[in-house]
Amino acid sequence: MPKVKVDGIELEVPAGATVLQACELAGKEIPRFCYHERLSIAGNCRMCLVEVKPGPPKPQASCALPATEGQEIRTDSEMVKKAREGVMEFLLINHPLDCPICDQGGECDLQDQSVAYGRGASRYHEHKRAVTEKYMGPLIKTTMTRCIHCTRCVRFSEEVAGVDEIGALYRGETMQISTYLEKAAAHELSANVIDLCPVGALTSRPYAFEARPWELKKTLSIDVSDAIGSNIRLDSRGREVLRILPRVNDDVNEEWLSDRARYMVDGLTRRRLDKPWLRRDGKLVAATWAEAFEAVAKINPGSAVAVVAGDLVDCETMFAAKKLAGALGSTLLEGRQTGLAYDFSNMAAVNFNSTLAGIEDADAVLIVGSMIRDEAPLLNTRLRKAVKKGAKVFIVGPQWDPTYPATFLGDDLAVLGNLPADVSDAFGAAQKPAIIIGGAALGKGALGAGLAFAEQFNLVRDGWNGFNVVHMAAARMGGLMLGYAQKGGIADLVAAKPKMVISLGADEVDFTRFADSMIVHIGHHGDKAAHAADVILPAAAFSEKDGTYVNTEGRVQYAEKAVFAPGDAREDWTILRAMADALGVSVGFDSFEQLRAAMVAEVPALGVEGLVDYGALPAGGGKAEGLIAGYPIKDRYLTNAIARSSPTLQRCSAELLHGETFAEAAE
Amino acid sequence: MADRYIEPDSPELRARWGGFAWTAENAEQAKVIVGRYPAGRQRSAVMPLLDLAQRQVGAELNTQGWLPIPVMEYIAKYLDMPVIRVVEVATFYTMYNIAPIGRFHVQVCGTTPCMLRGSDDILAACKGKGLKKGHTTADGMFTLTEVECMGNCASAPMVQINDDNYEDLTPADMERILDELAAGKQPKTGTQLPGRHTVEPAGALSNLTAMVDANHDYRGEW
Repeated sequence: MPKVKVDGIELEVPAGATVLQACELAGKEIPRFCYHERLSIAGNCRMCLVEVKPGPPKPQASCALPATEGQEIRTDSEMVKKAREGVMEFLLINHPLDCPICDQGGECDLQDQSVAYGRGASRYHEHKRAVTEKYMGPLIKTTMTRCIHCTRCVRFSEEVAGVDEIGALYRGETMQISTYLEKAAAHELSANVIDLCPVGALTSRPYAFEARPWELKKTLSIDVSDAIGSNIRLDSRGREVLRILPRVNDDVNEEWLSDRARYMVDGLTRRRLDKPWLRRDGKLVAATWAEAFEAVAKINPGSAVAVVAGDLVDCETMFAAKKLAGALGSTLLEGRQTGLAYDFSNMAAVNFNSTLAGIEDADAVLIVGSMIRDEAPLLNTRLRKAVKKGAKVFIVGPQWDPTYPATFLGDDLAVLGNLPADVSDAFGAAQKPAIIIGGAALGKGALGAGLAFAEQFNLVRDGWNGFNVVHMAAARMGGLMLGYAQKGGIADLVAAKPKMVISLGADEVDFTRFADSMIVHIGHHGDKAAHAADVILPAAAFSEKDGTYVNTEGRVQYAEKAVFAPGDAREDWTILRAMADALGVSVGFDSFEQLRAAMVAEVPALGVEGLVDYGALPAGGGKAEGLIAGYPIKDRYLTNAIARSSPTLQRCSAELLHGETFAEAAE
Repeated sequence: MADRYIEPDSPELRARWGGFAWTAENAEQAKVIVGRYPAGRQRSAVMPLLDLAQRQVGAELNTQGWLPIPVMEYIAKYLDMPVIRVVEVATFYTMYNIAPIGRFHVQVCGTTPCMLRGSDDILAACKGKGLKKGHTTADGMFTLTEVECMGNCASAPMVQINDDNYEDLTPADMERILDELAAGKQPKTGTQLPGRHTVEPAGALSNLTAMVDANHDYRGEW
């Protein structure tokens, strides 16, 4: 713990800290471009210069200088001020003065720092250099003349994403950042370089020229595109959400966001259900709310009601639907739309117990039937970190590229009961062994075998729980906590032959199995379920309602409403409340607060933000058998109704996954 | 420094170089080079291997050799590293040619000492022979580049042609060297001054004269 003095303030800094970090601990702001907390240190922008004694009598780059005992650091001296002005002047030599037409304007590090630390005018009168644009795919717009060569994007794709595709070509004044042969950046986290870019060189292509940051209302929300529950910020103007950006949460998404979550945003305004629809003579016709509720009342299902929850719904919606079904006398609730029927009696057995941040410490990981890059992209960055720290990773299932060294043990689940010697040796010797069970394995009934594996290798030990299930739906954990599960899965619902099936945005269900039921679809997009529905009640998407979500590690998080639902669409709970009136029953809440209070009264864990304690793991048993033929996600960009409606993600899918080529619009 | 650009990837380029592989001799050499580095650190060998590949391409084309994209990909695969990292190295160092080049790569130094000693006249002599900066002559014989200091300031002006240096040039020397190379002869390398061997003083000593006969201690004189 070295003691240093920053501008006369004496303080102790953690061992291994840099001078820059010491300054930050002392509350001093150090301007920087290339330094980033989550990337390796490059030290090439020189903006973080400070004066350090003892040392050479010149300013030093604080980001790459270790803090040592007895250092005297000055961030406010004349030398430092002059150095910053000099560096800033050099950085601006080749930077165009095009802030008025630059999308980064208003949230640009270079702009802000040149105001704060620049000298106000340039003495440079020669020609500025110009660099040709580089094509980086449908998500990233490039204006490479603005690049200041901080190499954050290069380091991100190499270190965090694990896909070496961006590099710095040429040298000196002619240095250029480019992807290899200007191919599109095609991995699932590519758009994070847009946030990392401190200038306007890499900006969001779909968001180009849409808005200025100061026009936008910022709403804190939770991503629903996967079960990670990434913390996001919805930037909206008027009635439209214009972009989605990640928020910093070290426990969940650090500060990254998957491309799918980020670019789902333009699906929020397309293919929307904005008025009720009724099926008359096999055709859907527009209707009023009064007509719609009349139609619901006419179904008069009695207690023959079933509710299927979709992947994107919040806990409140599921709870309101549960209350409605309960008032009608039914407990037929299910959220696992595709027919999964694993045992849910102990929630600890279907939870990601290591936690997302904790899995970084694992030293041996067995992944069973999960293509993690598609199913939970931000879990893969954690596993990558674990591997960098020395973890060994084994994967059961068809081959995929994990971006880190991993051993594939074949497709056959039977390997769980008959592990190769090197695997059992690795797990026997591991301090923090972990297993991760994915959807493909759950579908084959591998949960019991996974628990047996956990017992065999003592995965639960002091301060460590290595048993993990990774889900794919944002609603899954909340749904299981609220009882949205039947012993036989959705087959139980089919067998019960309900008169009315309420779909809460359940777009992945095969509704042909409910051919004899009336299907009431409460959803926000004209997607698969809407085509099968008899009554469509337009509802709110995740950005248009307050809601509680539980992510795959059992973390309760609250999302806030950013905008109003379009047209006649209403928030889901109000629709369910009105349905109760139409059906002549009482659900016991008249406002969102009452609803939430009733929900928390029934499931207290949903009332506390943070990790839910599900108790101890149950005993395992049973043998896993069968081949994992494939992974559930066939198209990583089009996994839910909102994403399928998004032109940006449709293009990503066509171009990056299916190899279609698109002509560039002439500018 | 002249603008350098990677020869664009094209089907013709792929057809011509897609099948690039080490010759038997170079395969041996490549193994030796990779063997110099610890196991798992094989990518450290990227620079010597790029040079080897460039020479092999040169031998095939009877030019100084260059690095087409498929060849860089071959090396990336050989060393199990991302192609972009190979391209970064190849574009950073100017001694890797990333576009087709002539039989002789004439690199005229134009940095201050050479310029003061007449490198402009050397460039003019090249121009007189039909060479154009950044271009290859129509017969594919010469490619002319103006480069920065090559460390031969004591025998300026100088030019590097392929692996040889020609120093203490006059425009007439330059023309003669180009003529001899074009005729398939090997001109005298190094200094072109008749009495000079390397970079010893060209005339009589101008300083440290007392050191000629004995190990003279100058300290007392300061």
